[in-house]
Amino acid sequence: MPLTRDQVQHIATLARLKLADAELDDVVDKLSRIVDFVDQLQAARTDDVLPMAHPLNMSQRLRADEVTEPNERDRIQKNASRVEDGYYLVPRVIE
Amino acid sequence: MVQGTDALYTWSLTDLARGLKDGEFSSRELTESLLRRIDDHQQRLNAFITVTADAALQRADAADKARANGDESLLNGLPIVYKDLFCTKGVLTTCGSRILGNFVSPYDATVVERISAAGAVMLGKTNMDEFAMGSSNETSYYGPVTNPWNKKLSPGGSSGGSAAAVAARIVPAATGTDTGGSIRQPAALTGTVGLKPTYGRVSRFGMVAFASSLDQAGVITRSAEDAALLLGVMAGYDKKDSTSVDHPVPDYVAGLSKPVKGLKIGIVRQHFDEGLAAGCEERVKAALAVLKEEGATLIEVDLPNIDLSVPTYYVVAPAECSSNLSRFDGVRFGHRADNPENLLDLYCRTRSEGFGAEVQRRIMTGTYVLSAGYYDAYYLKAQKVRQLISQDFKKAFENVDVIAGPTAPTTAFAIGEKIDDPITMYLNDIYTIGANLAGLPGISVPCGFADGLPVGLQLVGPHFAEETILACAHQYQQLTDWHAQGPEEFS
Amino acid sequence: MNDNWEVVIGLEIHTQLATKSKIFSGASTAYGAEANTQACLIDLGYPGVLPVLNGEVVRMAVKFGLAVNATVAKRSVFARKNYFYPDLPKGYQISQYELPIVENGELTIRDEDGREKRIGITRAHLEEDAGKSVHEGFGQATGIDLNRAGTPLLEIVSEPDLRSAKQAITYMRKIHSIVRYLGICDGNMQEGSFRCDANVSVRPRGQEKLGTRTEIKNLNSFRFIEKAINFEIERQIEVLEGGGDVVLETRLYDSDKDETRAMRSKEEANDYRYFPDPDLLPVELDEDFIEYVRKSLPELPDAKLGRFVEQYKLKPADAEILTLSRALADYFEEVAENTEAAVQVAANWVIGELAAALNSEGIEISDSKIEAAALAGLLNRIADNTISGKIAKEIFDAMWSGEGGADDIIEAKGLKQITDASAIEKIVDAVIEANPGQVAEYRGGKDKLLGFFVGRVMQESGGKANPGQVNEILKKKLSDG
Repeated sequence: MPLTRDQVQHIATLARLKLADAELDDVVDKLSRIVDFVDQLQAARTDDVLPMAHPLNMSQRLRADEVTEPNERDRIQKNASRVEDGYYLVPRVIE
Repeated sequence: MVQGTDALYTWSLTDLARGLKDGEFSSRELTESLLRRIDDHQQRLNAFITVTADAALQRADAADKARANGDESLLNGLPIVYKDLFCTKGVLTTCGSRILGNFVSPYDATVVERISAAGAVMLGKTNMDEFAMGSSNETSYYGPVTNPWNKKLSPGGSSGGSAAAVAARIVPAATGTDTGGSIRQPAALTGTVGLKPTYGRVSRFGMVAFASSLDQAGVITRSAEDAALLLGVMAGYDKKDSTSVDHPVPDYVAGLSKPVKGLKIGIVRQHFDEGLAAGCEERVKAALAVLKEEGATLIEVDLPNIDLSVPTYYVVAPAECSSNLSRFDGVRFGHRADNPENLLDLYCRTRSEGFGAEVQRRIMTGTYVLSAGYYDAYYLKAQKVRQLISQDFKKAFENVDVIAGPTAPTTAFAIGEKIDDPITMYLNDIYTIGANLAGLPGISVPCGFADGLPVGLQLVGPHFAEETILACAHQYQQLTDWHAQGPEEFS
Repeated sequence: MNDNWEVVIGLEIHTQLATKSKIFSGASTAYGAEANTQACLIDLGYPGVLPVLNGEVVRMAVKFGLAVNATVAKRSVFARKNYFYPDLPKGYQISQYELPIVENGELTIRDEDGREKRIGITRAHLEEDAGKSVHEGFGQATGIDLNRAGTPLLEIVSEPDLRSAKQAITYMRKIHSIVRYLGICDGNMQEGSFRCDANVSVRPRGQEKLGTRTEIKNLNSFRFIEKAINFEIERQIEVLEGGGDVVLETRLYDSDKDETRAMRSKEEANDYRYFPDPDLLPVELDEDFIEYVRKSLPELPDAKLGRFVEQYKLKPADAEILTLSRALADYFEEVAENTEAAVQVAANWVIGELAAALNSEGIEISDSKIEAAALAGLLNRIADNTISGKIAKEIFDAMWSGEGGADDIIEAKGLKQITDASAIEKIVDAVIEANPGQVAEYRGGKDKLLGFFVGRVMQESGGKANPGQVNEILKKKLSDG
């Protein structure tokens, strides 16, 4: 079943992507084809099957509670475009 | 000037190691020679995004000095290039994307640390499909890579740059990453060896995440022996990666001599259908015959759910990547949209400007399959089918030691031929994806030519059976010389 | 409160776990550092980094689960909660969704009528905290500080069993006490270590179906929480009685105006697309580990209160005050154990003088200027009659100011009580002689004047005469005449 323009627009918003009007139809078309393709999965019988989250059946290792990371703010913040007084800046948010 | 340094580019990593040790040439000479070669062919291949010439020469000099002082590090002075998905400290790391076009990584990936600690000299970062999403190296922001065998053809992807550089005899070895076949498929299409280890065998720390439960670091070389050498350096537990396995690392090189006689090789019924090009089928069958001749037993195995592996992958991988790529928002690093009107505009424009079409498509697919109302039908379902596929492999491995078959359904295809239809492109990974879903190790080795283009034979083993598949590949390479044949243009 | 309506409240309490490093990275969690000096590459969500779980966090969560009689999950899973906000660097928060580490706990509170009431704890799960946004001082921009990003949180979710703001506060105080007792959270609300979101709804009394709720977020003082909840209850009743509908939304409390205000519609923030985090593996705990943690549990507030009443024969009200914090209870016991004075005396001094001194300086028991052993020493001097209770208060103040131990001060200021009968008799004689009028009145039947004489004698003796003896001798001498 093909996706609608609204659905695709909603997905794009959730993913913080901006779709140009000109490309919207093409995106709807391609995504619909992909969803159609993966719909093949519905045919599989999976009633008593557990979902796999990891290929190997391992459990989480625990780390000791120690401070191991020093302050490297200045070096790291060289990568940011907008920084002031050590803060990362974004357009003003009103809560 | 040592005679013959110009031909060093044809040598294997193993032979170069011996040559350096025996003093036949210096690391400096070797490095200079390869840097020249990179330069000579960059326009033709576009295999590199960054070349680190100055640093490489410094490293080479340091390696020569160290060797003179008795340093016997395994890769001392040997050249290496990293797929641009690996974080390299102080060096541009783009992941083939515009969104990281200005990103100089502040740290080294564990893989980079280990290879570096073993003495290797980094020559540069190779081109790749954007964020490893692609099977043709056409989605890179930095332009497509061309196949050394024919410049109109794709080298495969996403590790296209690494495969092209090795196939064109520019470097003997390159690292790659494999999530759905991104090492093995380009290896097959370029006539090189591509190894994807067991999930958790090699650390993912510093390897920019695409699909976390599928990604694995590996190598592209021209021989199984070289792959074994590098794997030994890369593999092993890393406490910085929770999915890294604490499993002992054997001497992969020593294990290569294990004979093929008595090896039980599984042939998957479902693999040899109309989706496989005739020329490829012929070459693969011939390769199997060679192994049989050498004493292996061929046994038919059934992987009943294997046909669902591509749809399964295209639910799981996009889901994970849609989340992994949320961190790219222009705030702390990377591309940032100019003059955003508000926060929403900052996010949307940064990401739409920074990500290419395929990446955006996968993010949206992933967002969709995780979204309210669809999670059960898609993501949860896919993870269950994944369990079924894993169980199929497990069952098959009760009767065989390795599963062998074609790596890719066709030989190299034309650039531009498949890029417009996502599904057609996705089907390139039809034989490789299963190993990623089940976390199994896989290797592709050259097994001949169809219409003048390379064909790859894939060997897949059970978890941590790298020794088995490497040995089989190595023995095959003792009996054939496909892997030694390179493209005329680059000889 | 309106009898036609029943109030239904559920609380989500976020406690910052008191670890040294963050839940998934080795950066420090210390409060008050300069912006972004405690945010490492993992906290910043850099490309390629991976989370590794801090074991202490698991131990603390299990401790909490055991303390509230909950089920500790032998297998729990971390999940990604996906949404975009600048204080959330990865664009997702690592939390727990379907399989939290603790489930089905409970605790008992006393409601307004003094009756015991069971409050269910649906679950407690681990997650990472987000950073902080600073909206003032950056012009048209907001400044983001990610020091707090990655700090471990234990989110404790109650069943909607609370029926009033008072009950909510009581429950919250109890959780506050427990987490401090366990040493898993410092409970510092000003610093944000202990935060609460309240889900409030009303329904017509007798109706089973729950009304639409609103969520009041990020409340960080007990007083404000009570006011906020009460305002919201009134507001909702007003809306419903006016024929309107309560909107499902998130609201913030404005303490200046004492009102709640809509923040954003809860709908919009909704599709979190939870899925198990593929970078982390399931946390698997065995019985041995859980037992090991159980053995390390301290005596909890309720048990300690009961023991104090029984062992020390204290009034429940006193025991309650003394067990408010583990540190205070330990202090009291140390005093009680090290003094010959009656336990009640020890209790009185801790609840009285000591508490007043701590409060006047706004400090905690752990920063007390008088150690337990020293206070015990002071009480011993009352018990052995070296000083009177009144003088002891003076000495207490001197000790608090750092003038030394009880004995040093008694010596230095010559505050030893006068217990020598002949010395007292001398003073008594002098006072009797100096006040013949009052003596006559007393002998004439004005018994109350005894106090006057006692006062005089105490004054003459510089307050040091033993009051008991003074009384005795005065009575004798006055009646002898």
